[in-house]
Amino acid sequence: MIPELGHFALILAFSIALAQGIFPLLGVARGNLTWTRMGHTAVFGQFLFIVIAFGALTHAFIKNDFSVLYVASNSNSMLPVQYRIAGVWGGHEGSMLLWVLILAGWGGAIARFSRHMSEEFVARVLGVMGLVSAGFLAFLLLTSNPFLRLIPAPPDGRDLNPLLQDIGMVLHPPMLYMGYVGFSVAFAIAIAALLSGRLDAAWARWSRPWTTLAWVFLTLGVALGSLWAYYELGWGGWWFWDPVENASFIPWLVGTALIHSLAVTERRGAFKGWTVLLAIFTFSFSLLGTFLVRSGVLTSVHAFATDPARGIFVLVFLGIVVGGALLLFASRAHRIGLGGSFHPISRESMLLLNNVMLVVAAGSVLLGTLYPLVLDALELGKISVGRPYFEVVFIPLMAPAMFLIGVGPMAHWKKASLPNLATRLRWAFVVGVVTALLVPLAMGKWSAPVSLGILLAAWIVASSVAGLLERLRQSRDSVGLLAKLGANSRSYYGMLLAHIGVGVFIAGVALVQGYESEKDVRMSVGDSIEVGGYRFRLDRLSEVPGPNYTASRGEISVTRNERAVTRMYPEKRTYRTQQNPMTEAAIDWGFYRDLYVSLGERLDSTTWLVRIHHKPFVEWIWLGWLMMALGGLLAALDRRYRVSVGAKHRAPASAPRLIEPVGAVAR
Amino acid sequence: MRMLFAVALLVMVQVAAFAREAAPAADDPALEERLMTLAAGLRCLVCQNQTLAESQADLAVDMRNEMRKQMRRGASDQDVIDFLVARYGDFVLYRPPLKATTLLLWSGPAILLLIGLAFMARSLGRRRGHIVEAPLTETERARAQALLGADSEAEPS
Repeated sequence: MIPELGHFALILAFSIALAQGIFPLLGVARGNLTWTRMGHTAVFGQFLFIVIAFGALTHAFIKNDFSVLYVASNSNSMLPVQYRIAGVWGGHEGSMLLWVLILAGWGGAIARFSRHMSEEFVARVLGVMGLVSAGFLAFLLLTSNPFLRLIPAPPDGRDLNPLLQDIGMVLHPPMLYMGYVGFSVAFAIAIAALLSGRLDAAWARWSRPWTTLAWVFLTLGVALGSLWAYYELGWGGWWFWDPVENASFIPWLVGTALIHSLAVTERRGAFKGWTVLLAIFTFSFSLLGTFLVRSGVLTSVHAFATDPARGIFVLVFLGIVVGGALLLFASRAHRIGLGGSFHPISRESMLLLNNVMLVVAAGSVLLGTLYPLVLDALELGKISVGRPYFEVVFIPLMAPAMFLIGVGPMAHWKKASLPNLATRLRWAFVVGVVTALLVPLAMGKWSAPVSLGILLAAWIVASSVAGLLERLRQSRDSVGLLAKLGANSRSYYGMLLAHIGVGVFIAGVALVQGYESEKDVRMSVGDSIEVGGYRFRLDRLSEVPGPNYTASRGEISVTRNERAVTRMYPEKRTYRTQQNPMTEAAIDWGFYRDLYVSLGERLDSTTWLVRIHHKPFVEWIWLGWLMMALGGLLAALDRRYRVSVGAKHRAPASAPRLIEPVGAVAR
Repeated sequence: MRMLFAVALLVMVQVAAFAREAAPAADDPALEERLMTLAAGLRCLVCQNQTLAESQADLAVDMRNEMRKQMRRGASDQDVIDFLVARYGDFVLYRPPLKATTLLLWSGPAILLLIGLAFMARSLGRRRGHIVEAPLTETERARAQALLGADSEAEPS
């Protein structure tokens, strides 16, 4: 009964979404105020019914209702309850349900936190989001209904993929979707601005915190995915250039370009058309990512061809969204205008160059991801495009952009002078070069890529610090260091933190690539081996039962210079339902190094193949991403986005600085 | 008695060997490293998307054994790759070879970069010939200020 209620709630949500997509847009066009205001009510109604549907599916999972096909395919009565809840988004249908839930949530947030914006504008934004939502709800209902029954019900479910039975995988999809779907807000705002024909600074300022917030979630989602791959797949790698990873990385790259371009549009009124295009493309790439991951086209073009319903639906939907948006853009482009002028050497042009590099990098990753699919579909042969290709292409494109991180924030708007920049950044450059020479010396091995990476990382950090010091020196009207620090805005510190995060990330990548060591050994109880200055000794082997698996577990004691460091417990698990053996690596996490031990195969009853890694500074990779996300969050929470509700009724000339912010855009 | 002594001795040897060094997984670690470096650029044909170095699938193990055998016979890296491509096609290579069908793949990023830079140059050039000071009119700016109410010139970000 409850699954049917969920299904029914989903149908109601679809109808409401359709109304939310149609009436506000028509209302604005016809000047019908009742219709215009329908968006607000509709968005909450839609949210309510999707919550009911989501709750119904969660209930089916918790209660082990295997008469629901989706539950039977993705859960099992032995599965611990937290993974049963996570199982709701462990498969295709449920993750699409999570997607529409998040979409409705973003819509509700827009309706709640935008009372200060003009009514027509918000109505248009909600209308566009309603149309997007209706599309996805139709997708769910027509091709991916999570509430289909399986009668007669099987005695037990097929179980959640063991790889997904992990906290990283529990959190990764919601974060990623928050990001993907969050960009639908940026998209809707851009479309609303195109519809109204007014692409002014107000539009850009309103869009900025939302877009930044979406970017924060996507950043966390990508980072969590990478972290999960690191500790769960058991190979010690952290990025595989897998098409599924690329599908989330491409919107991230374009979204990064978008938040930089929005800065120029808000500050200087320039790049308006380009910003709108980026907003359209960021969301389109989010949709394309969904298409790639969800249609099955990645596994095999031919599997896709035999069951094309889902893929065709998303593809057509993508075509309507992108095509419609671009048509609208083309019809309005002549009205957009160039905005503030600037010199070829200025912060504007550097941000434009940053945009070009990011978008070209995203395009190249896209090319490498789609090329084998297209070639296969055209029957021109099967090829694989993997790490060697992406590294050759991506790194040379990104390195100049990384260098620009140091220069851009120091350059003046409108017109900057290169000699002036060189003077102000000379110490940062010296610090970069010296670090790039000293670190390999200290680590005892020199290699060109590592040194280049360290150079870029140190350069980014040093130039960020140089920028901060310069600001502190210049803020004369504040006395004392704290007051001087307080004189800068949150968005400035957010930018600083995010940029330094890029530096930390690059340093982590360079150091772990350059100085990691690993050994594959045969170990029986009592055997020991030295890796990276640590001695690993296998003390014991045991069989350990888990809730829904049994594990062979090794106990390894780690010593350094005869002193005990830690004990590690790598496991090889066999899940009862899905008989595949799973490697559960043991990791001793550390700021300066990770120790990573995974069991390979059992050679005989007392001997295992064991792979041991020493990975210096590997955690800086995710630390850097976390800093980027926190930086974005700080920027989104900047005071200037928090706007007095009463402000629009005041005289334009009233000093806005004196108004204490009451409402919140991005809280 | 002698027998018992022998057993005791054996046990003692075992205990003495308790702190022995773990043996490398491979008989020839140098060759194994060469093999794994090569395998890291090759695809496990039956896996979702895994390199031959990472995979434990039966076919991957067989392929590694075949590569090992050839390397022991003195085959160069290129010989091994040629053999695998002859048998499994370009699909096995994670670095696609440059040929007619992959021309666009390899030249694509450079073409994109040229387009991007051309776009940028055009955009900068257009601005030079078309300089508009004050992008917003005063009334527009005032309206934006009024709508938003916060300080817009506080700091560049």
